[in-house]
Amino acid sequence: MPRPKLEALQLARLQTKVREVYERVPFYRQEIRKRGLTPDSIRSLEDIRKLPFTSKADFRDNYPYGLFAVPRSEVVRVHASSGTTGKPTVVGYTRGDIELWADLMARALVCGGVTPSDVVQNAYGYGLFTGGLGIHYGAEKVGCTVIPMSGGNVKRQIMLMQDLGSTVLCSTPSFALYLGETAKEVGVDPSSLNLRVGFFGAEPWSFQMRVEIEEKLGLRALDIYGLSEVIGPGVAEECECQAGLHIFEDHFYPEVIDPVTGEPLPDGERGELVFTTLTKEALPVLRYRTRDITALHREPCECGRTLVRMEKVTGRTDDMLIVRGVNVFPSQIESVLLEVEGVQPHYQIFVDRARHSLDEIEIWVEVSEAVFSDELRKLEALERAVRAEIESVLGIRATVKLVEPKTIQRSEGKANRVIDRRTI
Amino acid sequence: MRVKQVSVFAENRPGRLQAVLTPLAEANINIRALSIADSADFGVIRMILSDTETGQRALKEAGFTVMVGDVLAVQVPDRPGGFLSAIVAPLTRAGVNIEYVYAFADNPLEHALVVLKVSDLAKAEKLIG
Repeated sequence: MPRPKLEALQLARLQTKVREVYERVPFYRQEIRKRGLTPDSIRSLEDIRKLPFTSKADFRDNYPYGLFAVPRSEVVRVHASSGTTGKPTVVGYTRGDIELWADLMARALVCGGVTPSDVVQNAYGYGLFTGGLGIHYGAEKVGCTVIPMSGGNVKRQIMLMQDLGSTVLCSTPSFALYLGETAKEVGVDPSSLNLRVGFFGAEPWSFQMRVEIEEKLGLRALDIYGLSEVIGPGVAEECECQAGLHIFEDHFYPEVIDPVTGEPLPDGERGELVFTTLTKEALPVLRYRTRDITALHREPCECGRTLVRMEKVTGRTDDMLIVRGVNVFPSQIESVLLEVEGVQPHYQIFVDRARHSLDEIEIWVEVSEAVFSDELRKLEALERAVRAEIESVLGIRATVKLVEPKTIQRSEGKANRVIDRRTI
Repeated sequence: MRVKQVSVFAENRPGRLQAVLTPLAEANINIRALSIADSADFGVIRMILSDTETGQRALKEAGFTVMVGDVLAVQVPDRPGGFLSAIVAPLTRAGVNIEYVYAFADNPLEHALVVLKVSDLAKAEKLIG
């Protein structure tokens, strides 16, 4: 679509959406009024800057259904992603949203060269995580043969990949590497596999990692981007030119802002990515701050698409970690530790990508007098209890190590809780 | 009889035992009994000291997590079946659980000293003194 036509479409959709959230979502009505605005205040796309931002904290404060713009009876699905505390971030979809999502995901897959004759192996986690079902519905919409593997079970994945003749792989980049390495270990020559292209996301990955994945699996590795608060995967997709990800801006209006001042930045300058959903029904969001750092480019792409491109995301503005594709906030870990009676909030998180390129978290917890027992089994039970609670809250397994007091550095001001030793 | 036992948490890595023993030696404290319960990552060092309070203070000042608790120290005849008949059988009959034990011969062939942590201290004390 030529850009002027696209921008006219965006403005029309934005105006409708602002009116809708004003009328149906108390949070937005309050925020809009606070600024002395009404839905009529949006006359041009630049006026979007007058609107309030939305953050993860707003999701937390309105947990679980406070930001929904439709009655819950119209919500046919919920998904959840990590919150900053013990409660997750809940998102919802109407039947129309599910259809839209499937369409956008299909668009993303086709953008990467997928056709109905492809066999798609989906190794993103199925469940509350948007990755699994998101990719699934999109691939089915295209008409591919979809294998709903979900995560894990790497040897089984390799076996079925060979037997069922998978041509497309969808997974986190670290899992793709793990698959490649395991294939080698079990004597499967990756070039003997039918894989042609892969869609990797849910965690940041470097150009170096792309080269490794492409070598190990013999496929073209493409970047896919999304986040549950906006819809899930299917917000932006890298085309075959591998020169940035096309944002589906007919549905998600992007801005890049200075994370400190909130001022919009010009194209080409790196800052925090912000999205406004133009067509979602159940949970429309205005200017959602993703905390991802990128830059926008509007020059035409060689593939011919006029959709704005975003650079590969390489950093965040907050302390969130992504471990094995799962979002982890150090504050979640802290909230678990504080629940355990007597545990001092002195902890250290180590993230490593050791053998097999899978991320591992190790949490060191100081043993204070309050939790110390002279019976070994009680200490071991404490370790197990903390580990179980962490797994339950984070959704992934972590190792817990009890350490002597003062082992963990004290600091003036904000403690640096996380030591991320991963190099790629 | 009841005695005070000092327990210290230590990570299972080189130098930790030395780090625990040094402040005690410097405070002129004698260790009457010592045992270590170990797991893969950490251990609990249990000691009976000549001066419990001073020992506890010295260890805390040295930065350790310390706990003081009551255990039973009992003399048993230093001969085959001594421990069994004098302690284990009566406690088992009375339903008292032995959490852990460490023992050593005191005056050879006269009696041995056994230190036990039990599930019911008062009951055990009455039974085996």
